[in-house]
Amino acid sequence: MNSNNKSTETYYESIIKQGHSRRDFMKFAAFIAAYMGLESTMVAQVANALETTKRLPVIWEHFQECTCCSESFIRSDHPIVADIILDKISLDYTLTLMAASGHQAEAAKHKTMEENKGEYILCVEGSVPLGDDGNYCCIAGRSAKDILLEAAEGAKAIIAWGSCASSGCVQSAKPNPTNATPIHKIIKNKPIIRVPGCPPIGEVMAGIIVHVVTFGRLPELDRQGRPKAFYAKRVHDSCYRRPYFDAGLFAETFDDQNAKDGYCLYKVGCKGPLTYNSCGTIKWNNGVSYPIQSGHGCIGCSEDGFWDFGPFYERATNIPGVEGEGIADDVGKVAAGVLAGGIAVHAVAAAISKRKEVKRRITRGKENEKNIES
Amino acid sequence: METKNFKRVMVWELPVRIFHWVNVLALLVLIITGFIIADPPALMSSQEATNLHYFGYVRFIHFVAAYVFFFVMILRLYWVFAGNRFSSWRAFWPFRKKFWRNFWHVMKIDIMLQNEKVEDVTKISIGHNSVAKLSYIAMFFLAVIMVITGFGLYADMSTWWLPKMFDWVVPFFGGDYLVRTIHHVCMWFFIFFAMVHVYLVLYHDWLEGRGEVSSMFAGYKFVRGERLRDEDKVEDIDPL
Repeated sequence: MNSNNKSTETYYESIIKQGHSRRDFMKFAAFIAAYMGLESTMVAQVANALETTKRLPVIWEHFQECTCCSESFIRSDHPIVADIILDKISLDYTLTLMAASGHQAEAAKHKTMEENKGEYILCVEGSVPLGDDGNYCCIAGRSAKDILLEAAEGAKAIIAWGSCASSGCVQSAKPNPTNATPIHKIIKNKPIIRVPGCPPIGEVMAGIIVHVVTFGRLPELDRQGRPKAFYAKRVHDSCYRRPYFDAGLFAETFDDQNAKDGYCLYKVGCKGPLTYNSCGTIKWNNGVSYPIQSGHGCIGCSEDGFWDFGPFYERATNIPGVEGEGIADDVGKVAAGVLAGGIAVHAVAAAISKRKEVKRRITRGKENEKNIES
Repeated sequence: METKNFKRVMVWELPVRIFHWVNVLALLVLIITGFIIADPPALMSSQEATNLHYFGYVRFIHFVAAYVFFFVMILRLYWVFAGNRFSSWRAFWPFRKKFWRNFWHVMKIDIMLQNEKVEDVTKISIGHNSVAKLSYIAMFFLAVIMVITGFGLYADMSTWWLPKMFDWVVPFFGGDYLVRTIHHVCMWFFIFFAMVHVYLVLYHDWLEGRGEVSSMFAGYKFVRGERLRDEDKVEDIDPL
């Protein structure tokens, strides 16, 4: 618990102390600048910032989640920042990695919060259950909501890692029994970066932290609070299978020849056209692959409420609010059929009800026909 | 038997007719390409993707038709202020006693198929009847929803300021999924509307013989002579 040490150490010093070489460090700076969408001339600024900036104190809270965000973070392409943040964070507070436990751990957290009031970054993994007085998720005898409110109080900014913290993810899927709530719906008075994805891409997570360190402010966010650099484009628009989509070549099932040939997965339910993320460009596991490249459609994990979007393996339009078989086109076809029937009935009824009027007109018309003179 | 005397009246001016038929064409193209985009048919081809652009063209046609749909809508909106008594906003203003008198008349005579004991020519609509007007008002708002959701989905793929004006739509609805669903579900209402609309036009043409169908081609309808002033001028009647 050496908290004096950390306040004087820069990122660079921590990185070197961890045993990484300067060359590793520069490579990381170049990669992360590229991921962040910066010009190559700004690599020096990134490196310089990491060399001179004191490490930001970070409190990393875990609530209703599966820790896949942390797992993704430590598997990023160049996990230097993940290394130091998660290693050093254990000096501050993170349930999963810290050596301390029990009262010691809680004391360390409170010390960090007091010493760095208004300075520390609060990272949140997981949603907060508000149902039943928040009793569905308790840590150290306190509810997740209490802990979040306390930690958010002195935070400079909050990063909501993953779909749980930024939209609720699976635990907030209908019927949402614990009333799982994303962070931005609870905390209103702090800047919040939403980093959706289940999990978010490790490089995206590192890129956001490096951005905060380099520029001393939050990255540019879109209207939904997501960093524009990573969430401005649909997976579909950066997908390497896009030419198959434009050609109209689709896999019809997962085991047909088209699927083997790597055709577009649109018709087997790929949600890439509806999902904003960088999977198509940054990819996963050191740029090895991403779901579509591995032959599985995108499930839209970085979109709000993606669990309630209907089937993952079908391209269907559900009617909002209608459960189960509420497929819009089926309902539409039935309704059109009923309507056509109604029209036919109306036409027959009209012919019967208006028969006198029609007959009168026909007679009159025929009479006129006889009287044509020239 | 006395033959009724009819006068020819210009009801649908050229911009209204242009709007109507361009709109029909755009809607047809939009619905067909929309269905293809929603659920593309399997393409039997051994060609490489490099040499094919079929689905790209379908989408392109959909987007072009969408622009056409949008621009004729603007034309019609202009004509709401410049057009004659039958196409003016005044004709669509529902907060009038006569509007609802005509509404109940149409409901009774044309929807419930009752027969009038004594014919009252002033109850017969020359332009739109009130039930039709209400349906067009509803379709206008539905078209606005289609434009908003459609351009909202399209905004991200465009660099032009017009679609970019709609880039608030997807964040507003919280994601593409709901926007696409609304776009798709609302499309069905255009199909329902078209079915009823075409049927009722044919019904009126058949029953009344006043040129209901041909009026949308040439613009004229036939109006009973006693409804016009002696000087053959259209009287200052309520635009029904």
